[in-house]
Amino acid sequence: MRTYLAALLILAVVTAGCGDDGVATTGGTPTTAAGVVRLLTHDSFLVSDEVLDQFTAETGIEVEILAAGDAGLVLNQAILTAGNPVADVLFGVDNTFLSRALDNEIFIPYESPGLASVPDDLQVDPEFRVTPIDFGDVCLNYDKEAFDGLVPPQTLLDLTAPAYKSMLVVENPATSSPGLAFLLATIATFPDDAEYTWHDYWADLRANDVDVTEGWETAYYGEFSGGSGTGDRPIVVSYASSPPAEVIYAEEPLDEAPTGVVTDGCYRQIEFAGILRGASNPEAAALLIDFMLSEAFQEDIPLNMFVFPANRDAELPVEFLEYTTLPQSPLSIDPATIDANREAWLDEWTTIVVR
Amino acid sequence: MDDDSGAVRRSPWATAALAAIPLSFLGAFFIWPVASILVTGLFPGGSFDAAPFREVLTDSNLLGVAWFTLWQAAVSTVLTLVVALPGAYVFARFEFPGKRLLRAAATVPFVLPTVVVGTAFLALVGNNGLLGVRLDGTIWAILAAHVFFNYAVVLRTVGGLWSHLDPALEDAARSLGASRWRAFTRVTLPLLRPAIAAAASIVFLFTFTSFGVILILGGPGLATLEVEIYRQAKQLLDLPVAAVLALIQMLGVTAILTTYSRHQERSAVEQHLRPAAEVATRPRTRGQRVLVTGVLTSMALLLGGPIAVLVERSLHGEAGYGFGFYRALGQGSRTGARIVDPLRAVGNSASFALVATGIALLVGLCAAAVIARRRGQLSRWFDTLLMLPLGTSAVTIGFGFLVALDAPIDLRAAWILIPLAHALVAVPFVVRAVVPVMRSVRQRLREAAAVLGAAPHRVWREVDLPLVARATAVGAGFAFAVSLGEFGATSLIARPASSQTVPLAIYRFLGQPGTLNFGRAMAMSVILMAVTATSVFLIERFRTPGPGAF
Amino acid sequence: MLAVLDVTVRFSETSALDAVSFSVADGEVLAVLGPSGSGKTTLLRAVAGLQPLDSGRITWDGGDLSGVPTHRRNFGLMFQDFALFPHLDVAGNVAFGLRMQGVPPKERRRTTTEALERVELPGFENRTIATLSGGEAQRVALARALAPGPRMLLLDEPLGSLDRALRERLSVELRTLLERLQITALYVTHDQTEAFTLADRVAVLNRGSILQIGTAEGVWSQPASETVARFLGLRNLLPGSIEGSWAATAIGAVPAPRGANDGPARLIVRPEAFSIDDRGTIEGVVRSRLFRGTDYLVEIEAGGTVIEALLRRAPEPGSKVRLAVEPGGVSALAAPAVAGGANVSSGPAPPPEPRAG
Repeated sequence: MRTYLAALLILAVVTAGCGDDGVATTGGTPTTAAGVVRLLTHDSFLVSDEVLDQFTAETGIEVEILAAGDAGLVLNQAILTAGNPVADVLFGVDNTFLSRALDNEIFIPYESPGLASVPDDLQVDPEFRVTPIDFGDVCLNYDKEAFDGLVPPQTLLDLTAPAYKSMLVVENPATSSPGLAFLLATIATFPDDAEYTWHDYWADLRANDVDVTEGWETAYYGEFSGGSGTGDRPIVVSYASSPPAEVIYAEEPLDEAPTGVVTDGCYRQIEFAGILRGASNPEAAALLIDFMLSEAFQEDIPLNMFVFPANRDAELPVEFLEYTTLPQSPLSIDPATIDANREAWLDEWTTIVVR
Repeated sequence: MDDDSGAVRRSPWATAALAAIPLSFLGAFFIWPVASILVTGLFPGGSFDAAPFREVLTDSNLLGVAWFTLWQAAVSTVLTLVVALPGAYVFARFEFPGKRLLRAAATVPFVLPTVVVGTAFLALVGNNGLLGVRLDGTIWAILAAHVFFNYAVVLRTVGGLWSHLDPALEDAARSLGASRWRAFTRVTLPLLRPAIAAAASIVFLFTFTSFGVILILGGPGLATLEVEIYRQAKQLLDLPVAAVLALIQMLGVTAILTTYSRHQERSAVEQHLRPAAEVATRPRTRGQRVLVTGVLTSMALLLGGPIAVLVERSLHGEAGYGFGFYRALGQGSRTGARIVDPLRAVGNSASFALVATGIALLVGLCAAAVIARRRGQLSRWFDTLLMLPLGTSAVTIGFGFLVALDAPIDLRAAWILIPLAHALVAVPFVVRAVVPVMRSVRQRLREAAAVLGAAPHRVWREVDLPLVARATAVGAGFAFAVSLGEFGATSLIARPASSQTVPLAIYRFLGQPGTLNFGRAMAMSVILMAVTATSVFLIERFRTPGPGAF
Repeated sequence: MLAVLDVTVRFSETSALDAVSFSVADGEVLAVLGPSGSGKTTLLRAVAGLQPLDSGRITWDGGDLSGVPTHRRNFGLMFQDFALFPHLDVAGNVAFGLRMQGVPPKERRRTTTEALERVELPGFENRTIATLSGGEAQRVALARALAPGPRMLLLDEPLGSLDRALRERLSVELRTLLERLQITALYVTHDQTEAFTLADRVAVLNRGSILQIGTAEGVWSQPASETVARFLGLRNLLPGSIEGSWAATAIGAVPAPRGANDGPARLIVRPEAFSIDDRGTIEGVVRSRLFRGTDYLVEIEAGGTVIEALLRRAPEPGSKVRLAVEPGGVSALAAPAVAGGANVSSGPAPPPEPRAG
């Protein structure tokens, strides 16, 4: 029996080693060979193998992808290892965290030629320490079936109306990224110096029986009634790309999206990539960032990660064009302001809505 | 009189050698990383800053969170014990068809990712819940989920020792005039105390650091220290406060564990262990049959209910019931990329689990050998140290790896970190399952072996190990299941994207809307459950060959 | 040859063994006889190496055993409750010591079969321990202890848990076996019959001290002290005065023990030495009688003292009776105050063992 177990163990080790995607990762010091570039990102990152192969074919460099949790955690990890990073490129910093990232000086500047194709409003850092790769809009989604005959909400303020009582489910901004984005949207819409502030707004929402969950999965799959949701609330904070996802990932082909998007009160999240300071292969890192702005990569993004490409020349898949509407003027708040006030805002929100 | 007798008392060198293995494991992969991250947090810029301490200790909300963490863990532990002890009894004393399969199946809840269980519970007791009563957002849903998750721990740890207890002792009590209940409380319960305390300590630690369950079923109003730590680390990137909270969490856990281990030593008793096969019989009287049926039915309802929801959802598509979602696992969307390669995810999970179990067994058995035979302060501290990873925030461990493990070899992105992290959590299971049984082995047998020429380490191999073979198998089964279902620390470790495990894959499926995604997540969950039950079942069948069914 | 030299073992305040000394010659069987708590198990464990000594030495063939751990002493040990390994079958148990010695499997099997045949359990190899009867278990334990060819056998009350008939039969079997094997043995028991049956020499142990060592007959006929006598079940301790071939005691005149000197002595009259005789020298009144199957245990008051006698027939309590004492049924205690550790050797050719009736 002992030998049997030992054999199993050896088999397991070998299998685990072979489980990798052709790129040897046995730990050890980051390779300095020109042949490998390491990309650190979050668990939602996805890109087609063919696209990565194209990069390798063009440059001769292999891409090794390391995933480590969600965007906030990944950023925290990068900050902890500043100067001695585990990878060459970090992908997944978004504008709500940008200030923190830049303050901790985890990136080295790099101005990619691909930025010429990126709209100015996405290029947030004048020092080019981060490069915008994609963006997503956090918007309210509504269940079309539930609003058959009724008018779905048009603005944020509508949600406080009695007609929409007990219909909304939002995520806790303290634990959820879209939740935070929605909170920021309300702060941007009802700023502190206005007559009707976001404090008042949320108090009204609470009076209107808003439901709060900890995360997007529970809100969407558990509480939302539209599309693949199994709950009974017809309005949820989600993404502009959610309706197309419903269509693409429907069991039976659909003619139209089961859910719609409220274009008022959308918050734009921009996602950036950057070369990590202390990277062992900064040249390859630069090449990777260039590639990430290329049309090949950018066109691969929507159907994999359900966000929109930063490169304005990249073609959107037909589902994205047909089944959703991008907001004309999405909201955003300056990253430094977010960084300065985040904790206070979260505390105040918790006091108003939860306690 | 023959406590710690001369020759079979291991020489201090041998004990030191045995202890060296678990100590170096813990030192390198727990103490060093955790100390590093705490130091990083508490000494920003190199000097100690008392501000976060002040901030935390004067924040009444945070203190309330700490208090809530403590009492919900205590109540969850007691509730789990009360609910699961009858189950342990039935499994220990009775033989019935499908017993081994059921016991393996009971570990399934243990491995399920909380998001999956959370939605299943919501389906039962949430908005629109099948059971009609709305419990989400209340402590009751949390307690129910905790019992659901941890039932197996009590069932197998306590049941393991119980199945070896000599029923003659209870009979003796009853012949002396004790009622059945009194015989139980006066004779059986004290003998079971080591195993009960072992199970309780694990359940307590798990519920103390409970994260997903609290978030999903508790809603925003209820939070534990772990949730707060995640919040600080994730959203606010406030390392000092997170470090203070992690420190408080660890101190609380250490205090509880020290009390536990002091109590544990006093209640371990050497006794005649009977082979399990001898002790279990088929239910004969009507009362027994009623009991067995009752317990099994309530097990089926409590554990099977949410599982049934998951299975149903994995099969119920728009076109009715079928295996569509399972088939769809192999296909991607209309894109070129597959979200997840299910076979590879299962293969990864299984490989990691095998390696983690191997490490946990090596470390755990050495540790158990030291703890079971030595009494005294040193052994108690050792035991507490081994349990500590269970009570430590996954954030602390994950971040600790990152900060500490870059020299002499840079392990920070190595795949081996994943099974190591799993092993950290799995070792206490092995120790907890094995030590009570090991302590019950008659010293006389060890002496007989020594006289027959067995050097001390061979005594251990020839006498202790076979007699604790079943307990070892129980521990190994746990370790395997823990590894399969581990999500928290795994997600925090920077790992090659291709080494995705099944829980990670499930989370990925749930990351996007779409009935196909949801269905596939359910299908993967069912596959995870099946793989777990099967592996645990197979592991349990590994016993040393030989007549004694130990 | 085993030599125990001045061995002391202390447990907290009390001494389990107090300066115990004796030796066991090659091929000899020495029985250590003592009541519960006398320290005999401690002694055995000390010899086996399971119990560390507080002072003194144990040597084998002159070599000090203090540095030798248990598993290297090559002494066989039979435990009181046999301590058979429940997770191994009979063959596994018997072959255990051989396995520790590194004996190859084929030879192990052969030796195991031989060992089982020797204890008259042929074919028992694959039986599980749980299915063995008491006698079978004892023999498996013996086979297990003997299989590795130990240089000495230590037996800890091995017959204690058996019923009487079995015990008697097995003690004889054991004796034969030990003789045949010519093996040195140290046998610990509280049962004097067992000790006398099995042993060449007997050591009486009480409260950690050896009170007397000698051949069975020697100890029996000449107990060194009152304690020994009482332990051996010898009652009827009578102070008396020896003159020639008779001794005067409180109960009357009794034949003097052979080879005893004239003068005051403490005499023991064995209960089975009495018989009802009209011409007997002892006159008394029956106080009580107890039927024991083969005989009666009768309490008789004579000369102000109560004595016990084992008689074939017993008169009713209250009746007068006249008793004679068989010559050779009387022993004299050695000179008073034989303190611990005395090695009182046996007397000259011992008289035949008196039997009841």
